This record gives sequence, structure tokens and C-alpha cells, in this order.
Amino acid sequence: MSAPAIVVRDLTRVFGAFTAVDHITFDVAQGEVFGFLGANGAGKTTAIRMLTGLLQPSSGSASVAGHDVVRETERVKSRIGYMSQRFALYDDLTVRENAQLYGGLYGLRRGEIDIRMRRMLERLGLERAERSIVGSLPLGWKQKLAFAAALLPEPSVVFLDEPTGGVDPITRRQFWEMIYEAAHGGTTVLVTTHYMDEAEYCDRISIMVDGRIAVMGAPSALKREAGVATIDDLFVRLARPATAGTA
Amino acid sequence: MSALWGLLRKEVYHILRDRRTLTVLVLLPVVEVILFGYSIRTDVRDVRLAIVDPTPDATTLALRDRFTASGVFRVVAVSSSERPLDALFRTDTVQVAIEFEPSFGERLARGERAQMLVIGDATEPNSGSARQSYVNAVVQQYESEQAARRGGIRIVPEFRARFNPTRASANLFVPGLMALVLNIIAALMTALSLTREKETGTLEALLVSPLRPWQIIVGKVAPYLVIGFVSVLLVLLEARLVFHVPIHGSVTLLLAEGLLFILVALALGILISARTSSQRVAMMTAMLATMLPTQILSGFVFPLESMPSPLQWIANLVPAKWFVLIARGIMLKGVGIAYLWQETLVLAVMALVLMAAASHSFSARLE
Repeated sequence: MSAPAIVVRDLTRVFGAFTAVDHITFDVAQGEVFGFLGANGAGKTTAIRMLTGLLQPSSGSASVAGHDVVRETERVKSRIGYMSQRFALYDDLTVRENAQLYGGLYGLRRGEIDIRMRRMLERLGLERAERSIVGSLPLGWKQKLAFAAALLPEPSVVFLDEPTGGVDPITRRQFWEMIYEAAHGGTTVLVTTHYMDEAEYCDRISIMVDGRIAVMGAPSALKREAGVATIDDLFVRLARPATAGTA
Repeated sequence: MSALWGLLRKEVYHILRDRRTLTVLVLLPVVEVILFGYSIRTDVRDVRLAIVDPTPDATTLALRDRFTASGVFRVVAVSSSERPLDALFRTDTVQVAIEFEPSFGERLARGERAQMLVIGDATEPNSGSARQSYVNAVVQQYESEQAARRGGIRIVPEFRARFNPTRASANLFVPGLMALVLNIIAALMTALSLTREKETGTLEALLVSPLRPWQIIVGKVAPYLVIGFVSVLLVLLEARLVFHVPIHGSVTLLLAEGLLFILVALALGILISARTSSQRVAMMTAMLATMLPTQILSGFVFPLESMPSPLQWIANLVPAKWFVLIARGIMLKGVGIAYLWQETLVLAVMALVLMAAASHSFSARLE
């Protein structure tokens, strides 16, 4: 067994009087697909921002790919990929120019970027898009390309913040195939989603409620323990008291 | 370093592909030079006056009193020869000098014509000619009063302009115009391009990359620094070819000061983008914080001397005011850094303070 790719201990972030993330603790193994669920405002994005070095934790510790996110932020950044809710490709650049930019940010050579990009486009069936301006492509393509861009530097951990928002079911399916493929190749995937059927595709999930991790485990085990048919049922049961303020 | 190059190349692509914005950026200075060439009006008060009076007598003293009593002039220097005038004009201590010819009063008493030389600082040509007509008015009033009392006397004022003998108004507005154009390109465009990356979420992608925040900033602003510099060259070239505006001082110094002013504007742009989250707000803020003060409080169109003192005080905070002083000094008076070091220092301090504030806001944004 190799060391976990993500180690989080009592990670906390306070904004004024509001505790967005409240002492969360978890590990994610290498090559695991970890689902990070929770209602809007439960603290998922804040947690991801701390793990990607965009935000300083108030207390607690976390390491990603073997490096501390506070003390070795630059090392962490060179080992991770990140795709936000709003995909991060430049609309006025071509697919190839985007790839050259992102690959370049991670220190890849131009020739190497071209090789990796063509391999990915071929796998996605998007070879024709190489010289297209990104803004002219359909949403689903853009989303897949943004994910491909996040994987281009071959990161050891990739963070996906609601990667499938607003795309059709077929594209979502393809998206998850890409996620599995990446995980199979040893990349650790931490993904947030609002689609509960997607949660069932994950190796393990955690459900955040009010900044804390309410439950964590394999989807099948969680359902069995709670005696519910779907993750959706479990999610609603956990999230409802929180929004009513009576937890 | 190759990562930074990639970022720079990307920014150049953005600029080149947005043809409409690029066209505006290139045409703006060119069109504004023409527009402003014909639309300057000015008014003056509290004019600093020097008197050269080789042979003081009752008449010249009476005339001096008239100037003081008019409320427009303030006598700041009196001498018996014209020797100190040069230094007084260069240091901007005086704006108008009146030189009585020797035996001025005697000549008048004998019924002869007496001459007086009126020398005006014409760096700001419209204020210059306004001051001239005030001088004329004072002299004429004195003449007519004397005519009533003791028969006609003839004082012949002769006018001479310093620094800007042709009094072309183009000479006045070109420095201010450079400041305005640089504000649009360096402050507004920088603020817009950074907030656009915030809106599209691409800034986050850059921030999670191994690129350091300062590298992101350099990559974002360097192209605008280049465009700004090219605009300065364009405006100067056009001013030279169309309006024959002179550059009496060092072109190198002028360009270096231009670069300093671009840095101030870029820092303002970064600061604005760090504090705002949408292009719309950034645009309004940049307009309000940079373009409006540059147009109104830089002395570019409206002379600062005739403004109420609170406004004059506020004008000291407007970077363009200092740049306009510097550029006019170099272009029209031909003075060097020895005369302009204070203004340059003010701009340099502004650049440092704004950059510190910008980098603080930018990193605070990540907390």
C-alpha cells in the first residue's frame, strides 16, 4: 500500500463568525475516485479551495500528493489538476493554444504538449477541434476539453468541482468514463456533484452538512447501514434537518 | 520562465483577436489629438507678476499698484534689471513679467511715448493670452484716467511669449492627452482584462497552477505596458507632424517619465480589478477613478490656478497632474530632471504605494 494521496486532519476555515468548514478529517487513497457531496453552501468548495492552495486554512492540516498545502503550496500546485464549476478554457483561443498555455504553465515542452493533446483528442473523438476557437464549440465538448486540460500535465491528484453541471446525460456518461480511465492510470480524483446517480459511481463518498462530514464510506455500505434504497434518499435525510436548523 | 512566456503569448492572442477593442485602442489617441486640438478654453486669476523697473518713479509705482489692486495679479518679484527673469520663469515662480523702459515716468511727463515690455509664460497658451489681456486692461484704464486729468499719455505695451512663441494650443493639450490615453490603456484595459478572467473562472485556473501571483500579474500587464508605450509614441509623432508641437527637452527623459506614468496607471488598474468582481463595475470604477480626474483635475483642459483651493488640493492626488507638469516642462520649456525631480519623485512614490496596495489586495483576495 502506498501512502494516501490526500490526507486531511481537522481542517477548518472560519469567515468572521461563520465556520464554513468545521474540523473535517479524511484520507483519499491513490487512484481512488472520491465523491465530495453536500448541499449548496455546505462547505465543499471552501474545502477544495484549501486543498488546492487557493485559500489558507484557519486551523488543521492537509497534505496533497505528499506535500503540505500550507508550507509547500508551490509543490502541491505542480502536482494537481483543477477544474472549476465554470470551465477554465479561454473562449477566444483555439483548443491547441489553450493546451499550449496550460501545458506551458506546468513546464511541459511544446512538442510534448502537442503529443499529449492529440492523444487525448483522439480518445475523445475530437480530433477535428484542434484548430477551432473554443468559444465556437458546444458546451459538452468544452467541458470534456476542460477536463482534458486539467489532466494534460498528468497530475497525481485532480480536483473536479461540479464538472458535469449543465451537460446532457450522454456527455455525463462519457465524462465518467474519462474519470475512471484517469483513476485507472493512478490519478486520484476528488469530485463534487449534485447528481446523486453520479455519487454511486464513486469508490467512496462523503456527505458534508454545515461544514462537517456527516457520513463517509462506500456508497453501497452507506445505503445498507442507513437502510435506504438510493444515495439520493440518504442525502435528503441528512441535508433536510440542517436546512431546517434543528440538526 | 517558459510558463510566463506562454501567459504573455496568450494575452497577445486575446488582444489581437479582439479586433474591435484593438482598433479603438489604436484610433483613440489619434482621434483625440485632433478633437482636443480645437476645444480648449481657459480663464485665470492670481497671476504671479515680476516687475523690472530700472528707474522707479511715481508713475511706475502707481502702475504697479494698479496691477496689485486689480485682484488678478500678485507681484512676487521686483528688480532693476531683467537678469533674474530667466530663472524666475524656468522655476515657474512668475507667469508674467513687466519691464518698464528706463526713464518711463520722465518720458510720459514730457509727452513722449513710453514703452513697456510684457513677457508671458505661454506654456499654457490660452491662460497666457488671457493674462495678456488683463495686463492690457490695467494699462488702458490707467491711460484713460490720466487722460482725463492731464491730457493724453501714450504707453506702448509690447508683448512677448516665452517657451511657446507660437502659442499653439496643441502644445498645451498633448501632454494631458498622453495621460488620458495611458489611463484608458493601462488602467482601464488592465482592470478589464483581469476582471474578465475572474468572471470566466480562468483566473482560478491560473492561480492553482505553479505560476506565482506576481508572474500572473506580469503576464497580464506587460502587453498593456507595450501598447501604452506605443500610444505615447503615436501621440507624440502625430502632434509633431500635424500640429508641429516641439519637444525642446530630452525625448529619452520624456519617454522614461511616460513609462513611470504607465506603471502608476497599471498599478491602479490592478488595484481596481482586485477590488471588483465584474467587468462592468471595473469599467465604472476606472472611469471614475482615473479618466474623470485626468480630464478635469490635471490642468490638462482647465487651469488648476483658477480652481477653489479644496479642488487644487485634491488635484495633487491625481497622478496625471504631475505627469502633465513634467511633460510640459520637458516639451515646452526644455527643462531637465534637475527641474523636474520633485514631480518625478511624486509619481515614483505614487507608483510604489499603488503597487504595494495592488499586490496586497491581490493576495488578500486569495485568503
